[in-house]
Amino acid sequence: MIAVRDPRATAIARDFPLLAQPTSRGKRLAYLDSAASSQKPQSVIDALVHFYTHDNANIHRGVYELAERATDAFEKARAKVARFVNAAEPAEIVWTRNTTEAVNLVSFTWGMTNLGPGDVILTSQLEHHSNLVPWQLLAAKTGAELRYIEVDREGLHVLDDLDAKLRGVKLVALSHISNTLGTIAPIEMLVARAHAVGAVVLIDGAQSIPHRAVDVRALDVDFFVASGHKMCGPTGIGFLYGKRTLLEAMPPFLTGGDMIREVGYEKSSFNEIPWKFEAGTSNIADVVALGAAVDYLESIGMAWIEEHERALTAYALERLRPFEARGLEIYGPRDLANRSSVISFNFADIHAHDIASILDTEGVCVRAGHHCTMPLMEKMGWPATARASFYLYNTEEDVDQLVFALEKAATLFKLA
Amino acid sequence: MDDFYKEYILDHYRNPRNFGTLEAPDATAEDLNPLCGDRIRFDLNFDAEGRVSEVKFSGKGCAISQASASMLSESLKGEKVEDVARFSQERVLENVGIGISPARMKCAMLGLKVAKSAALGEIATWPDEEPAQKSI
Repeated sequence: MIAVRDPRATAIARDFPLLAQPTSRGKRLAYLDSAASSQKPQSVIDALVHFYTHDNANIHRGVYELAERATDAFEKARAKVARFVNAAEPAEIVWTRNTTEAVNLVSFTWGMTNLGPGDVILTSQLEHHSNLVPWQLLAAKTGAELRYIEVDREGLHVLDDLDAKLRGVKLVALSHISNTLGTIAPIEMLVARAHAVGAVVLIDGAQSIPHRAVDVRALDVDFFVASGHKMCGPTGIGFLYGKRTLLEAMPPFLTGGDMIREVGYEKSSFNEIPWKFEAGTSNIADVVALGAAVDYLESIGMAWIEEHERALTAYALERLRPFEARGLEIYGPRDLANRSSVISFNFADIHAHDIASILDTEGVCVRAGHHCTMPLMEKMGWPATARASFYLYNTEEDVDQLVFALEKAATLFKLA
Repeated sequence: MDDFYKEYILDHYRNPRNFGTLEAPDATAEDLNPLCGDRIRFDLNFDAEGRVSEVKFSGKGCAISQASASMLSESLKGEKVEDVARFSQERVLENVGIGISPARMKCAMLGLKVAKSAALGEIATWPDEEPAQKSI
């Protein structure tokens, strides 16, 4: 048995007030759905309340002290995120509502400007719909071809034919970590190979940045997109990282207030990056709270988080393995070096939704369904899977509760 | 939900009644629950009086959606086409016989939505969703 009874994890869980809340059935909450959205530490909740209590005003315009304070808090958060991902400068961080909006921003601006008939967009078969549907529409609008890196039965990228796949490619758009299978993409190698053929690379980091240190300059990615709510921050705020030269060459996305330099009745000129892409009043308070989330994650340390989750995933896989004799199927990469803290599974003939409902009665929150990866599910032949995902506040006790609840499911469905 | 997975529910799930398809049915419809991808098809044949003479359903999904559709298929035999079209949500829940949480209501209603669609000849709205209220 792997020992992961790290007292630090238990202490961390106490930073998240929601986790102390029992369910309506009086069960301890085992929150195993952080791949969908993470819980928030008290410091992030406090930052939101503090902003609205003390610093709230519109930004970038007011000359009074309060407006200056709000602007300062807003831009400081940008600097924090820039430092967190090791961007060259804060101006390379553009606020969006979420990962999806950041992908759409790149599609509508860079994509519409740079792609045409004969060009190729290369993605993979395990993408979330948010890193797939925008490219389908972009391909339809520009006449570009959308091509896929295949994945094998474990969900690992098939790279034998990468040279052929990369022929004619202008844009490579890949998730860093698969939300369904936990597959960690070999980003360093793929970025180098993509750059060798002159392609621009967008990495969907929604599932990576909450769980491990990300260095956009070391990875040499051109665009990196992520959501705040999966990394202990609020909903409604995400970001696009882009290299300055790319962002500067891109036309604006949404247009209106704040993104302009000068407006006339006939034409307008636009603000500098990043504000060129931030039309209208931004989600100021949530930006500030996302800054607090970055502070929190840095106070714990991304290396510790990654290691803790790896140990917990190993422990969970070990506890789940005995169920395989009764029909439990665990999906995703077998080698933990290629897998994040996501475990997708099915259990005999119990549908994933029924598993999730039964687990819910024991206070265990897991996701069930297609996880916004319908083409992958179709390819693999799974109507649905149940998915447990771990984060820094999860402990062995959560895994034990999952195992207990699975026993209950086996009993209710009269599995041998 | 604890009491949902009763013997008869599991029985309908594992041994669905009227499972399969009809060749050249008088009415047919297929639909899915976009939330989870569960899919159900209903095929209906009618007799000279316009009553359901044969019914088959097919598809895949959770125990709730499949058992609910299986039980519905038994209820539809002998019903007039217009009665299938206005078959109520309450009767389905009565058939199922246990409490359904809001999150699982669409699972329980997928079969009904599809059977109604077949009877109407067009995609029916979700039985558990009231049409949007017109503002005054």
